[in-house]
Amino acid sequence: MARAVSTRTKVSYTIAAWVVALLIFFPILYTIITSLKTEGEAVAGFNLIPSFTLDSFRDVQNQQNYMKPFMNSVILSVGSTVLGLIVGIPAAWAMAFSPTKRTKDVLMWMLSTKMMPAAAVLVPIYLIFLRLGLMDTRVGMTVLLMLINLPIIVWMLYTYFREIPGEILEAARMDGASLWGEIWHVLTPMAVPGIASTLLLNIILAWNESFWTIRLTTTNAAPLTAFIASFSSPQGLFWAKLSAASVMAIAPILIMGWFSQKQLVRGLTFGAVK
Amino acid sequence: MGTIQLRDVHKAFGATNIIPKLDLDIEDGEFVVFVGPSGCGKSTLLRLIAGLEDTTSGKIMIDGRDVTNESPARRKLAMVFQSYALYPHMTVAKNIAFPLKMAGESQSEIDKKVANAARILNLSNYLERRPGQLSGGQRQRVAIGRAIVRQPSAFLFDEPLSNLDAALRGTMRLEISELHQSLGKTMVYVTHDQVEAMTMADKIVVLNAGNIEQVGSPMDLYRNPRNLFVAGFIGSPTMNFVEGRAAEALGAKTIGVRPEHLRITVTNGAWRGVVGVAEHLGSDTFLHVHTDDHGTINVRAGGEIPVTHGDVVFLTPEPAKIHRFDANGKAL
Repeated sequence: MARAVSTRTKVSYTIAAWVVALLIFFPILYTIITSLKTEGEAVAGFNLIPSFTLDSFRDVQNQQNYMKPFMNSVILSVGSTVLGLIVGIPAAWAMAFSPTKRTKDVLMWMLSTKMMPAAAVLVPIYLIFLRLGLMDTRVGMTVLLMLINLPIIVWMLYTYFREIPGEILEAARMDGASLWGEIWHVLTPMAVPGIASTLLLNIILAWNESFWTIRLTTTNAAPLTAFIASFSSPQGLFWAKLSAASVMAIAPILIMGWFSQKQLVRGLTFGAVK
Repeated sequence: MGTIQLRDVHKAFGATNIIPKLDLDIEDGEFVVFVGPSGCGKSTLLRLIAGLEDTTSGKIMIDGRDVTNESPARRKLAMVFQSYALYPHMTVAKNIAFPLKMAGESQSEIDKKVANAARILNLSNYLERRPGQLSGGQRQRVAIGRAIVRQPSAFLFDEPLSNLDAALRGTMRLEISELHQSLGKTMVYVTHDQVEAMTMADKIVVLNAGNIEQVGSPMDLYRNPRNLFVAGFIGSPTMNFVEGRAAEALGAKTIGVRPEHLRITVTNGAWRGVVGVAEHLGSDTFLHVHTDDHGTINVRAGGEIPVTHGDVVFLTPEPAKIHRFDANGKAL
């Protein structure tokens, strides 16, 4: 039975929710406001009313071509996610439908790699990239980002696949489907919502990844994260330009996230409530 | 053709023996029902035949060919699952067509076979619907349609009616029996419902803890149960078992009398008792009688019997219909 909630409680909850939401959103909002200020206004101190100038955006575009890092971000995030799905779907299938005694251990081990501080493996990965000639290459970064996000991909897909009744796959086997036929014709179409959520979340994670992209790229494979970073050091603290570069970097993923929020929320809460 | 032979088939999960070594012959065109209580291994046995489980040892032959190590698809069998196992993202037509598509048949051939299966199963008007838009009975028909189009050597049914309500179960039972008559194919059917087993089977295989207790025609099992387990499992209401002096007088440890083989009078008879519950169904009357010497005895009398709770009655078993069992539970 639904509990009766008084108007006063409702109003106080609404105010609290707005305060929390604004607190979380404020850094992004202030970045957008700062990007619309002149450099003078930006360094003058806290001020929520900008002069609405687009000079900083123009300067950023004149100083560095935005399209190249943008395209690199698209290639690295989409490429690593698609590659991750190609590897992750069969892996999650095996773990969900042919589990062994050690499946849970393997899953936990995969997840534990996400708990490891990235800095701890910086030197070995840097050396591997150097020896294999992968420094500042899209191929190297795509593979690296794929490996970084693979535990998340496998875990999410595993959770989805576990919800699909095994009898349906057995029926496909009886109907003459090969292993790939089973995955391609039955499992994948049934798991489309799950695969879509996994795809979206991993694109966002790969897009926002900055630790490795800043350290292992310079020009050829540098995505938008490296693009923002390049504005922070050599020229000193040009807050308006830095904010404009940040806005240009986060805008595409923010727009994508906005349009796919329903799918994302479903993906992140899947299995939480039955 | 559709003969199935099991030779020394054994299945264990780790140290747990699910099916001890077992032999079984299923003839071409037979309707064989595996029946037994939950956990007796009947579904596992069916899945071993289907190839969905690997045997621990032993040989499975279909049409004389050793298929023990073959994949399910190569065994030329079709299976209908308890949960229907339809592909929810495909229409009815695509569900039925799926095995044909996997076999690489031409689209025109697929269309023809799907239309034919849909006609047989009264699904022609539902071909463009998704499984989620169908009733339980229609879904089960789609699952059967998917099995039919493959033209398999044999059909395997794993408790296909247990998710349906009682009325629909009766209708579908008839439909499957009619399908067997018209197709003339071997069918292996798993159920825990002995009424389904009795009404549908040419041959019943009674399983208990993975062992075959008895194989025979429904009436054979009803008339001549080999042991106490089969006697108690086949027949509804279940057989009454009596021990003590009444059994010893007939040279047995236990005697069994089916509820329909007891004569009931209100004046005199072999066993005196008081009616506990009387269920008047019109066609039959079921009585639960608390006897003086033999505990509660179930009685099934044809038509309407004017007795009710608390009445004193006398029961007399028909001498020719008494089953005798020794101390090991084997029939004498």
